[in-house]
Amino acid sequence: MIDVTIIGAGVTGSAIARELSKFDLDVLVLEKESDVCEGTSKANSGIVHSGYDAKPGTLKAKFNVEGNKLIHELSKTLDFPFKENGSMVLALEEEGRAGIEELYERGKSNGVPGLRILEKEELHKLEPNVSDAAVCALYAPTGGIVCPFNMTIAFAENAADNGVRFQFDTKVTNIEKKTGDEGNYYLLETSNGNIETKLVINAAGVYSDVFHNMVSSEKLHITPRKGEYLLMDKAAGDLVKSTMFQLPSKLGKGVLVTPTVHGNLMVGPTAEETDDPEDTSTSAQGLDFLFAKGSMSVNSLPRLTITSFAGLRAHEDGGDFVIGEVKDAPGFIDAAGIESPGLTAAPAIGAYVAGIVKELLGASEKKEFIGTRKGIPSMALATPEERAELIASDPSYAHVICRCELVTEGEIKNAINRTLGARTVDGIKRRTRAGMGRCQTGFCLARTIPLLAEALGVDEEEIVKSGNGAYYIEGRIKDSL
Amino acid sequence: METRELTCIRCPIGCHITVELENGEVKSVTGNSCPRGEEYASNEVTHPVRTVTSLVRLKNGKRPVVSVKTQSDVPKEKMMDVVKALKEVELTAPVKIGDIAAENIAGTGVNIIVTSNDEGESV
Amino acid sequence: MADKKADLIIIGGGPAGLAAAASARKEGLQDILILERDTRLGGILNQCIHNGFGLHTFKEELTGPEYAARFIKQIEDEKIPYMLDTMVVDIAEAGGGDKIVTAMNPKEGLFTVQASAVILAMGCRERPRGALNIPGYRPAGIYSAGTAQYYVNIEGRMPGKKVVILGSGDIGLIMARRMTYEGAKVLCVAELQPYSGGLKRNIVQCLDDFDIPLLLSHTVVDIKGKKRVEGVTIAEVDANRKPIPGTEVFYECDTLLLSCGLIPENELSGKLGVKMNPVTNGAFVNESLETSIPGVFACGNVLHVHDLVDYVSGEAATAGKNAAAYVQGEKKPAGTVIKIKTENGVRYSVPSVVRTGLMPDTLTVRFRVGNEYRDTNLAVYLDGKQLMKLPKRVMAPGEMEQIILVKSKVEEILKTSDASEHEVVIRVED
Repeated sequence: MIDVTIIGAGVTGSAIARELSKFDLDVLVLEKESDVCEGTSKANSGIVHSGYDAKPGTLKAKFNVEGNKLIHELSKTLDFPFKENGSMVLALEEEGRAGIEELYERGKSNGVPGLRILEKEELHKLEPNVSDAAVCALYAPTGGIVCPFNMTIAFAENAADNGVRFQFDTKVTNIEKKTGDEGNYYLLETSNGNIETKLVINAAGVYSDVFHNMVSSEKLHITPRKGEYLLMDKAAGDLVKSTMFQLPSKLGKGVLVTPTVHGNLMVGPTAEETDDPEDTSTSAQGLDFLFAKGSMSVNSLPRLTITSFAGLRAHEDGGDFVIGEVKDAPGFIDAAGIESPGLTAAPAIGAYVAGIVKELLGASEKKEFIGTRKGIPSMALATPEERAELIASDPSYAHVICRCELVTEGEIKNAINRTLGARTVDGIKRRTRAGMGRCQTGFCLARTIPLLAEALGVDEEEIVKSGNGAYYIEGRIKDSL
Repeated sequence: METRELTCIRCPIGCHITVELENGEVKSVTGNSCPRGEEYASNEVTHPVRTVTSLVRLKNGKRPVVSVKTQSDVPKEKMMDVVKALKEVELTAPVKIGDIAAENIAGTGVNIIVTSNDEGESV
Repeated sequence: MADKKADLIIIGGGPAGLAAAASARKEGLQDILILERDTRLGGILNQCIHNGFGLHTFKEELTGPEYAARFIKQIEDEKIPYMLDTMVVDIAEAGGGDKIVTAMNPKEGLFTVQASAVILAMGCRERPRGALNIPGYRPAGIYSAGTAQYYVNIEGRMPGKKVVILGSGDIGLIMARRMTYEGAKVLCVAELQPYSGGLKRNIVQCLDDFDIPLLLSHTVVDIKGKKRVEGVTIAEVDANRKPIPGTEVFYECDTLLLSCGLIPENELSGKLGVKMNPVTNGAFVNESLETSIPGVFACGNVLHVHDLVDYVSGEAATAGKNAAAYVQGEKKPAGTVIKIKTENGVRYSVPSVVRTGLMPDTLTVRFRVGNEYRDTNLAVYLDGKQLMKLPKRVMAPGEMEQIILVKSKVEEILKTSDASEHEVVIRVED
């Protein structure tokens, strides 16, 4: 009997796993995809919100402000890329001033530190490329940008280093409440056999209503909300320093224009409801919309798109996060409806859920808990001295595989060989940035695949982009002649 | 009378040439703007030829295949026969440019020669 | 202090770098170092196993590897030093006009080389899907044509069996034939423009020969398949390149190859502070192919994307020769400075400025037009006086054009010109 089974290895599930790994518990994470960070967590704005947006008193407001503080600390202890670049909400017309003031007040009551309203002159001085139309802005200095992949991966790796088991390619197909000699437990039917567990944590993103509804009569209803994004070349990365939100107006909710923590520029998201929880396709209209909307925040949005993508946010009908033990299903804990600001909130949700588990199971703290984790070294970011040191430790740190992002063989080998190491090309990409650059794997794909194949001891034909069926190569030349 | 339409490839102009044939013989060439076009079109409709470039498998090489080509042009309709015949050819490194990889490929009377160097896997 | 020294560093051992090195040596320059990131010299030519190279340079038709081998032989014969597997990560200006190149390889780790001159010969890369804004899913099975070419021609592996190609640039056309030869089925080549960006000969010999349809004014409007490509939807586009509703056709396929243009690979040049031309994405250069930074030269596809490698070799030889002269301290007065302006259909020119004192007797100026033109003229003016008017049957964006400026003629006009700033204008005229 497993103590705790977490469904979903996204940022929420991984953050919970990491918090639970502090206790003497047998924890298992089930993930239907072949890696962590494969759903909502991999395709979002990568913003660490300061917390002025959510309505006071909501779970979103509570966990956002707490999560923001935690990410500031965790980015150091768990070594993932984070930058406090500040956020701004732009009023693009004079009528917006009232809205900005309202957000300012809301932020204050949510406990957001350092909020300020910038008048036009100061705004344009701080951000010279911001649209001439911007009349004022709310400035939140604690807003930040984070690498959502490496944050999730850091949580998961640290959890695994502390004994949490991750089982990939495992889809939960049914959950049943059972009563045994030692009380209630849950039987999970999965694509890889049955699992008995004392507690279930539902961190299943856009599927969290499905699992909740298997055990509870108080139904949840999640609507996947699609958000498309444009990612631009690093040449555009310093267009703005802070993350630029638009004040929702009669023209719609607006999109954000932000530098990413790695120095690209991102525009997004759209918001479109879909009934397909796997529909991450982009659309011509969406991409046109983003360019047009993004162009309202800055004076000249360059046409330097290197890729576009879409993610799904799990929007619950109630509009707030659904977190806690389900009333009519003791031992079943929801972390459902995690949409924005879910990425920011994740570590706070993790600590909160772990608290519930601790109460329920009376778990004691693990003495040998390792609180820190070291990320994959980055030749691109290393100083000349650090570079020399890395190369001295392993000469393959001087063998460049991805030329756009300067990622070396040493980093790729590190990504494969570490805890919860990469098994797919996307896994390598998210851990090391190989293929994230302006040529978008044009150069490195054919160099990454052999490295993966060699490390995993399989033929190159077995290597996939992400998960079963996403193969790259099919046979040898002239096979079908 | 048979007519054939083709695009001249002798220069960037790309004239659309019409050739009239009778019993396999060229009767007229029109649409070309220079004599080179006429020559190209006549050859192209009577006995079109191509150089075929392809790959064969390579044993003990730095790379698993090596590039090859027909030493001279082969009839256009034999192109796919040539590459199919190459499916059965395997060389062993080292190989160098100009090596004969196969003789009289697909009965064309033309040899296949190697077009890349591969000094072989270093021992 | 730098770890190594050289008179001339050439970044890139592809066709441009090799020809530049050979030419600099011919001028008597001894201390040359080529830095190449791949495991062998030759660059992209190693994977261009089709023929059609060398007609201008060697008067015979060669495949890419054969063409490269001719230049590699010159490098080996002349014992010009080169380092393989070596990635340049930075170029910076050092004191006294020298440059410091930082590079690394697994054998020597991170090292610096100081040189008085540098030739940029890094080539170009392919435009990715994102830059084309193709909507749909992002499954495996979408490759740039060059990546697919690497897989087939170097690794001997098939990137797919049923293929649609977007973009009729030469690499796309060449790959249509290659995939067919190696056992795949190519369903069609779609081209956004109303004309092909590739050479006529490639359209005939790579598509027509195999009955592969070329769909002009068409583009991919959707990609289906969550894991691996399952098909693409292609639609016709209107005059503004916007898809026309109702014209969509679904093609079931497992592979989409993209051949939608090349971009000079100039990250290093940009970091160094070389002034860049936004039209070519390459450096602005003068008649000596020298960039805005003295002693830094550029040639080949890193300067502007060429159509034929023969022109790359020629241009690189010029850069090599001039770099050698720079190192050897040859000082000639600059003479009169003439800017080259392009307009009315002519998109850019290389070079973009000419100093008469350093101009050779005849100077080749290369450029591309922005549209397909039939029965027009190329007109060239200097300070308002017509230098030449060349009738052109056809000009197309896919093919590089050139004019030759004759020094004596230029000087003759300058003598009588009272313009305060001198300007050559190249334009398309009726």
